Amino acid sequence: MSGTMNAGARRGIGLLADPLILSGLVLAGLVFGMPLLKPVFAALFPGLDRPLYEQDSFLNLTIAHVVLVGASSAISLVIGVLAGVFVTRRAGREFRPLVETIVATGQTFPPVAVLAVAVPLLGFGAAPALIALAIYGLLPITEAVVAGIESVPVGVREAARGIGMSARGRLLHVELPLAAPVALAGVRTSVIINIGTAAIASTVGAKTLGLPIIVGLSGFNTAYVLQGALVVGALAVFTDLAFERLGRRLDRWKRDSA
Amino acid sequence: MIQFEHVGKRYGTSEVVSDLSLSIKAGEFCVLIGPSGSGKTTTLRMINRLIEHDSGRILFDGAEIRSFAPEALRRRMGYAIQSIGLFPHWTVEENIAAVPKLLGWSKAKIRDRVTELLGLVGLDATTYRGRYPQHLSGGQQQRVGVARALAAEPQVLLMDEPFGALDPVTRDALQAEMLRVHAASGTTIVLVTHDMDEAIRLGSRIVILDQGRIAQAGSPREILTRPASDFVADFIGRDEMGLRLLSIETVGERMRPGEEAAGEPIAASATLRHALSLLVSRAADRLPVTGADGAPAGVIHLADLTVGRP
Ligand SMILES: Nc1ncnc2c1ncn2[C@@H]1O[C@H](COP(=O)(O)OP(=O)(O)O)[C@@H](O)[C@H]1O
Ligand SMILES: [Mg+2]
Repeated sequence: MSGTMNAGARRGIGLLADPLILSGLVLAGLVFGMPLLKPVFAALFPGLDRPLYEQDSFLNLTIAHVVLVGASSAISLVIGVLAGVFVTRRAGREFRPLVETIVATGQTFPPVAVLAVAVPLLGFGAAPALIALAIYGLLPITEAVVAGIESVPVGVREAARGIGMSARGRLLHVELPLAAPVALAGVRTSVIINIGTAAIASTVGAKTLGLPIIVGLSGFNTAYVLQGALVVGALAVFTDLAFERLGRRLDRWKRDSA
Repeated sequence: MIQFEHVGKRYGTSEVVSDLSLSIKAGEFCVLIGPSGSGKTTTLRMINRLIEHDSGRILFDGAEIRSFAPEALRRRMGYAIQSIGLFPHWTVEENIAAVPKLLGWSKAKIRDRVTELLGLVGLDATTYRGRYPQHLSGGQQQRVGVARALAAEPQVLLMDEPFGALDPVTRDALQAEMLRVHAASGTTIVLVTHDMDEAIRLGSRIVILDQGRIAQAGSPREILTRPASDFVADFIGRDEMGLRLLSIETVGERMRPGEEAAGEPIAASATLRHALSLLVSRAADRLPVTGADGAPAGVIHLADLTVGRP
C-alpha cells in the first residue's frame, strides 16, 4: 500500500522535474491563480489602492494574446514557407535576392513603427497588431526555411531525382521533412520574439497581456506591470520549451538507432 | 536494351559528348571508364534523362527515351551514386522501399522484397531494416544504396562511381557482391568508374571514353590485348599491363590437369594474378590447384603464366 503511494509520488515528482510540465504549471498557476496572489501584491506594494489588475481576467488576456501571436505566426509561417520554397525552386531562384531584401526590410522596421503606420490605415484594434507581428515574424521564418531546404545534401537530392520521385514528392517527402528541424528553429525565434512584441500591440488597442503593463506604466501601478510581465514571461518560457520538445521529435532520426 | 545513336551533348560552346553510338545488350555489365571530364557521368545521366541529350537518339527497350515521362523512365532504372544519397530521415527499410512505394506495391510485397534485398547485398534483415542511415558504415550505406536501386526489379541499373569513396577492403567486398547480384538478377548494368582494375573485374564490356568520344569498346580481354590507340594503351597503364592480363584469366584455364604438388592449394577459379602473388610470396615455382568441389584438379607452374603471350 505505502509502496504504491511511494511509486505514485515518485512519478509525480518525476513529472515536475520535466521543465516543460513545470513551466506549464507555473503558467497555469499565474493565469488562473492571479487573484489568489492579491495579498502578496498588496504586501509588496502597500502604497497602491488596487494592487491587482481586475479590469479583465488574466485568462481572457492570455487567450487573446495567444490568438494574436498564433494567428500572426501562422500568417508568417504560410508566407515564409511559400516564399522559402519558391526561391529555392529553379523557377524562383532569380527572385531570391528580391524576396530576401523585402523580408529583411520588414524586420528592420521596429514593430512600434509598423504599428504606427498601420493604425491610420486599419484603425485601432487587433488588425494593425496582427499585420505588424506577421511582417515582423516573416524574416526569421523565411530565412530558416531557405536555410533548411539548402541543408539537404546534394547527393540526397540527386538520388531522389534519380530514382524517379516527382518534383512534388521530392519537396513533400524529402526536402521539407529534412528542412523542418532548421525551419522550426526560425519559427521558434519568430514566435518567441512575437510573444514579447505582442505586448506592445496593446498601445494600439489590441487586447493582449500588454494591457496591464501599459495601464500600469501610465498609471504608475508597478503591480500591474509586474503581473502582466510575469504572465508574458511564463508564456514565453513555456512556448520555448514546447518548441524544443517538438524539435526533438522532428529530428528523432538523428539520434534513434531503431 | 540501351542504344545510343550519334548522341551529342554540349554546354555552351564545349561539346561534352560527341557523336556517341553504343549498343548495350540486355544482361550486359557495361563499364564506362575514362579520365576525369571525359563525359562518363554525362553519358550515364543522359540514359535516365537527368541530363537531356542535344542531338541523336537514345533508345531504351526499343523506344526513344523521350517517349517516356522522366519519372516513369527512372523508376524502371535503378540509380546508385558515389555519394549514395540515402534519405537520412528514413530507415533502411523505408529507403529500400522508396521506388516500390512510388509504384504502388502492396505493403506485404514491399516487406518481403526488402528482406530479400538485404539478404542479397549481405546485410542481416532483422538487424538493419529499422536502422537510420547515419548508424551505418560507408560500406553498409552503399549496400543499402544498391538495394534501393534494385528494389523495383529495374531493367537497367545505372551506377556512377558507386564504390569510389570506400576503402579498398570494402570496395573489394562490394565488387564481389555486385558480380553476384548481376549473376543472380540478370539486370543490365551500366557502371561508371575511373578505376581500371574495377572495370576489368566487373565489366563484361568496357567502354573507354576520351573527351566525349568512345576511344575503344570491347571485352576486357580485347582491350588489354588489342588497345586501339596510344591513348587506350596509356590509359590501361603500360606498367600494369602484364598484371592486368593475368587478372582476366583464371588458374583453371592454364593449369596442368592431373599433376600433383605439395602445399596450400589455390582454387581453379582464382585469377592468374592471384596465383602469381602466391607464387612470389611463397618463393615457389608451382601451386596445387583444386576444382569447384575442393578436390585436387592439377598444378599451375610459374612458367604457365607467360606461355603463349606475344
Ligand atoms: N552543367 C554543366 N555545365 C557546364 N559544363 C559541364 C556541366 N556538367 C559537366 N560539364 C563538363 O562536361 C565535361 C564532362 O563532365 P562529366 O560527364 O561529369 O565527366 P566525368 O564524369 O567523365 O568526369 C567536363 O568537362 C565538365 O566540366
Ligand atoms: Mg563523373
